[in-house]
Amino acid sequence: MKTYILRRLLLMIPMLLGVSLLVFVLVYISPGNYLDVLKAQRDIPAEFIAKKERELGLDRPWYMQYVSWLGRTVRGDFGESWSYRIPVIELLAQRAPATLALSLTSLVFAWAIAVPLGVFAAVYRNSIFDKLSALSAYAALSIPEFFLALLAVIFASQWGGFPTGGLSAIDHDYLSPVGQLWDYVHHLILPTIVLGIGGAAGLMRVMRTNMLDVIQSDYVMTARAKGVPGNVIMFRHVLRNAINPLVTSLGFAFSGLLSGAVLVENVMNYPGLGQLIFQAFMRKDRDVVMAAVIIGSSMLIIGNLIADILLAWVDPRIRYDK
Amino acid sequence: MPSTTTPLLQVENLKVHFPITAGLLQRRVGEVKAVDDVSFTIERGTTVGLVGESGSGKTTIGRALIRLVNPTGGTIRYNGKDITFLRESQFRPYRKKIQIIFQDPYNSLNPRLTIFKIISEALEIHFPAMGLEQRRARVAELLGKVGLKPEHMDRYPHEFSGGQRQRIGIARALAVEPEFIVCDEPVSALDVSVQAQIVNLLQDLQEELGLTYLFIAHDLAVVEHISDFVLVMNQGKIVEAATADAIYQNPQDPYTKRLLDAVPKI
Repeated sequence: MKTYILRRLLLMIPMLLGVSLLVFVLVYISPGNYLDVLKAQRDIPAEFIAKKERELGLDRPWYMQYVSWLGRTVRGDFGESWSYRIPVIELLAQRAPATLALSLTSLVFAWAIAVPLGVFAAVYRNSIFDKLSALSAYAALSIPEFFLALLAVIFASQWGGFPTGGLSAIDHDYLSPVGQLWDYVHHLILPTIVLGIGGAAGLMRVMRTNMLDVIQSDYVMTARAKGVPGNVIMFRHVLRNAINPLVTSLGFAFSGLLSGAVLVENVMNYPGLGQLIFQAFMRKDRDVVMAAVIIGSSMLIIGNLIADILLAWVDPRIRYDK
Repeated sequence: MPSTTTPLLQVENLKVHFPITAGLLQRRVGEVKAVDDVSFTIERGTTVGLVGESGSGKTTIGRALIRLVNPTGGTIRYNGKDITFLRESQFRPYRKKIQIIFQDPYNSLNPRLTIFKIISEALEIHFPAMGLEQRRARVAELLGKVGLKPEHMDRYPHEFSGGQRQRIGIARALAVEPEFIVCDEPVSALDVSVQAQIVNLLQDLQEELGLTYLFIAHDLAVVEHISDFVLVMNQGKIVEAATADAIYQNPQDPYTKRLLDAVPKI
């Protein structure tokens, strides 16, 4: 297992090199660059722009720029954000906790709804409950996330009760510690629901299908022949086998922890990484974009690895040694 | 062959029908008569073969006997007692007496459980007084009985071959000390060389433990070898019932003759 994990981690190096090269080239060949906003203003002299270009290294050919970016990055220096004028790492570290909190709460929210609903829908198959939950899942999957986010903002602005956006209230600093915590939670509720509903619907359908598959399997009949009571069959034999694919999906969910909420963060004005990265793309703030891509790809590769390890952990048939 | 005591199992006019539903409201539009008015008896300590092609209803009979499907009508008497429509909780004592060996040794063992857990789960239910050490000893003994080693008990099903898994399935069925075992095509998923070993094992166990078998198969050759009495089934009905010798030497029903013709001859 150790050698397997080590091999997978080593494979990250060529993958990240490829991804970074590709994204760097794409950013380079897409029209315009960071200084376009300056160029558009007539009162800024051309010499100033040329000086800026030299400063940022934008006057050199793209492969030279890539090599110098790569040289810095492998030493752990992700560069400086051109628009915020602070190191990229510092910028990301400021925003990451908000996104991480939102991703985790929506993941927990989705699981807490999806697993019990999927199990009940399968156990009471073809009942009214099953049909209603299938209908709601269908509806939830059909509504785009950003639209749901818009609805939530309208809901908050029309009926109150929830903030319409942001991470904390304007009087946050004057609140007691408990009040500050509640303030954060209060601001998290709507984005969590918006982000969690789509995930819950998908998970629920997977859970229901897996349960039905396993319920019909021969070993469940074996358990019934042994005289195992129905609820023990459901938990020991059915649920434990049916949940395998979902446990694996936890690994993939890891990769979305820092990047899964771009649309919702933008619509709901939630100051997380998603919003930052989106703006960086729009402004062509290159080093921020590159750092975000590297972190996102690393999380995806590690998430895949975690998924594979989890699979081996839950399923005794899967072993990676030899 | 009249018996002075009650037969172990008496089945009279057993019917198992499955509804066919259609449309949005799952309206009932008809039914499949999987088992249609079937009667037979099984004497203690004997083996009755049940033969028929796929879809003839033989597996459904086996499952109805151990209540994995619910009968639609008729009576099943076990040791003289009517067990046809008992509720699951009332039927539980009979799960200790009546066991089943499934056809597919690959899918009938839960892949997430060790062999020990698979076998001892039945012990926990039917022998709640047994402690862990006693259960381990009992599982080791059962594995020995079916030709496996005690150290196999901490492994998972996927680590065994088909024949070994079927031995585990047999040990699992034997764990509760049953009197009557439904063998639902126990060898048809196995290699020919392994089939004979399993059939011999079943015969040895019958002799040793005084078991009664209902042996379901689609292949007359296997049934001839093991059965005292043979039932031939076609489309939910028993078309012929006779001793094994009589069936082979003097088949009456045209369907039986066709089945016999299908047995490869050397």
